[in-house]
Amino acid sequence: MEVDKKEEIASETSSEQVVNPWEVSAKDGGRIDYDKLIDQFGCQRLDESLIARVERLTSRKAHVFLRRGVFFAHRDFNEVLDAYEGGDKFYLYTGRGPSSEALHLGHLIPFMFTKYLQEAFKVPLVIQLTDDEKCMWKNLSVEESQRLARENAKDIIACGFDVTKTFIFSDFDYVGGAFYKNMVKVAKCVTLNKAMGIFGFSGEDHIGKLSFPPVQAVPSFPSSFPHLFPGMDMLRCLIPCAIDQDPYFRMTRDVAPRLGYSKPALIESTFFPALQAKNGKMSASDPNSAIYVTDTAKDIKNKINRYAFSGGQDSIEKHREIGANLEVDIPVKYLSFFLEDDAELEHIKKEYGEGRMLTGEVKKRLTEVLTEMVERHRMARAAVTDQMVDAFMAVRPLPNMFE
Amino acid sequence: MGFSKDQLLSQLQELEIDYSKYEHPPVLTVEEQAKYVSSSEGALSKNLFFKDKKHRYYIISAMVDTKVDMKVLSQRLGLGKGGIRMAPEEALAELLQVSLGCVTPFAVVNESARDVSLLLDQKFKNQTRCIFHPLSNNVSISLSTSGLDKFLQSVGRDPVYVDLEANPVVGKDQPPDLAVYVPFNSVVIPELPNNTPSAQASPPKNVSAEKTKPVASPKPSKSPGNVKSVVQNSGLSVFKNPEKFVEEILDKTSELLFSEVKGENVEALAETLRKRLTSEFTHLAVMYKNTAYSEGFYAGTQCQPKRP
Repeated sequence: MEVDKKEEIASETSSEQVVNPWEVSAKDGGRIDYDKLIDQFGCQRLDESLIARVERLTSRKAHVFLRRGVFFAHRDFNEVLDAYEGGDKFYLYTGRGPSSEALHLGHLIPFMFTKYLQEAFKVPLVIQLTDDEKCMWKNLSVEESQRLARENAKDIIACGFDVTKTFIFSDFDYVGGAFYKNMVKVAKCVTLNKAMGIFGFSGEDHIGKLSFPPVQAVPSFPSSFPHLFPGMDMLRCLIPCAIDQDPYFRMTRDVAPRLGYSKPALIESTFFPALQAKNGKMSASDPNSAIYVTDTAKDIKNKINRYAFSGGQDSIEKHREIGANLEVDIPVKYLSFFLEDDAELEHIKKEYGEGRMLTGEVKKRLTEVLTEMVERHRMARAAVTDQMVDAFMAVRPLPNMFE
Repeated sequence: MGFSKDQLLSQLQELEIDYSKYEHPPVLTVEEQAKYVSSSEGALSKNLFFKDKKHRYYIISAMVDTKVDMKVLSQRLGLGKGGIRMAPEEALAELLQVSLGCVTPFAVVNESARDVSLLLDQKFKNQTRCIFHPLSNNVSISLSTSGLDKFLQSVGRDPVYVDLEANPVVGKDQPPDLAVYVPFNSVVIPELPNNTPSAQASPPKNVSAEKTKPVASPKPSKSPGNVKSVVQNSGLSVFKNPEKFVEEILDKTSELLFSEVKGENVEALAETLRKRLTSEFTHLAVMYKNTAYSEGFYAGTQCQPKRP
């Protein structure tokens, strides 16, 4: 059932697309081929019938990310739904590597979706901040990575998670006890060769990196959180994440049965494209490739107008004649992520694709949508105090987590 | 599977109920229907489908010019002001098994509608014939009230005619006069979102045609088929659950709106407010909850142990 076709990292040259937790780039400077990725990784497509099933089970409309195919692949999501229908709950697990203070919209996507899952299914959530990972990979000091973790936690909380159902933890704070015991159990099951194959480690990498993968694996097991799930060792776990994280969880799913644990299920998203549409994903290192949650309305307007790659034609006459190239147009792509109203999106695609609407108008609408989102986030962020972060990160039971 | 129009019509024939049939393109509003069926054939009806807070449903079938005041109706049913609102589309499909724009007294022929209360306009009795959809909105039939009564009795229903425009005082010594018509059982339907989100036309611009219903917002927090949890509806969960909290706020807002604002557009306005504000308010409610919890949590860390 587990089809691990290609565990080895594809070669570094641009002749193949590269997708792993530390690098994402498309083939020959083109776009990421998601069908190929699903095939290569061996996960399933999230189809219409699954989405309809989710709507039925949760008695509400599916999240816009599901409707638009942003979350497009999964592993065992069907099984999780089967169990849920039968009365067996699950918990959610997602995380962030706090490498920078500046969060952009691409970073928020898994959190926005996870929040919807928490509300719709009424299940608890654990959020891992991998400050140790960033300390090692980005060569940050321990203190700096811990600080960034707390800062990022504030933006995460601002997405609207319910404190009575959410546990946020940083690795530097939490690793130890039952969590560490599981880490060792996992580590015993993965040979050096296997780790090098999955993650591309080499003899030059320091041993910190080698020993990191179990840290990201064990939050999938409820016994790692004895204060949350005492006696619930068979509780299933669902992991919403971007598809580049798949290698960690392929390894985890491989190891789980050997430890007597359930395999975690996954629900995976595409990458949020960079403004300039260069292959790959938004990068925190190029400020103009992304809209940040700290951008002002003016910044957003500027960035969209100046840098958002347009699929419109060079001249108005040509545009009215042929229409826009919706495949490469970034504003329309962004709207498909964030514009709630299905009818309006269809209308825009039709008018723009047939040349009656101009790029300026599409960009204007996008600016409105993003500005509203960023503003709402900023307001929520301002309400997050250090006290609130402490509360979310406290090792405490969550008595009403399934209500 | 619900009764079809043909099954209904053959039933009427079997009962030897006299009716006239008019076929026309599908119509969603009374105005449209009036284009195809002239008033010389009979009195057109407007048909409204309501639900109350305890998930009990009502069909109100009235003459087009009868004023149906939801606030008054709600009080007369003993539900307080603002206790009823337009039923969501899902209920139309699940309980009445008819499509949008097709609410009709005949829908009670379906087993699924057995707990739906049917109230008919007294003024129908003054008409020789009245016009209703026979479960399909591309056909209209006209028949006399005695014909309608005969049909209703054949499916085990006592026809109830009510003066819909009456506005009796309801108070301590004057019990609500329509309370006896409140269904005994509440109905839980899995409240699903629209199945055709983008194909669904937005509510017709002519909102004053009460025949159509505004698209209702998807409702949160109801487990499918779990009757117990809905009927219990513990008051505590309103304060624990942000979504229930927001629903409570919007219910009270709608109530006030109904009591302060006159006019038939009020229901549509209330639904729009609900739809647009629910997500925004829920976000605020979650933040409020988190803030309160955090303050309590902090206080807990500073707590002095009890003196022995």
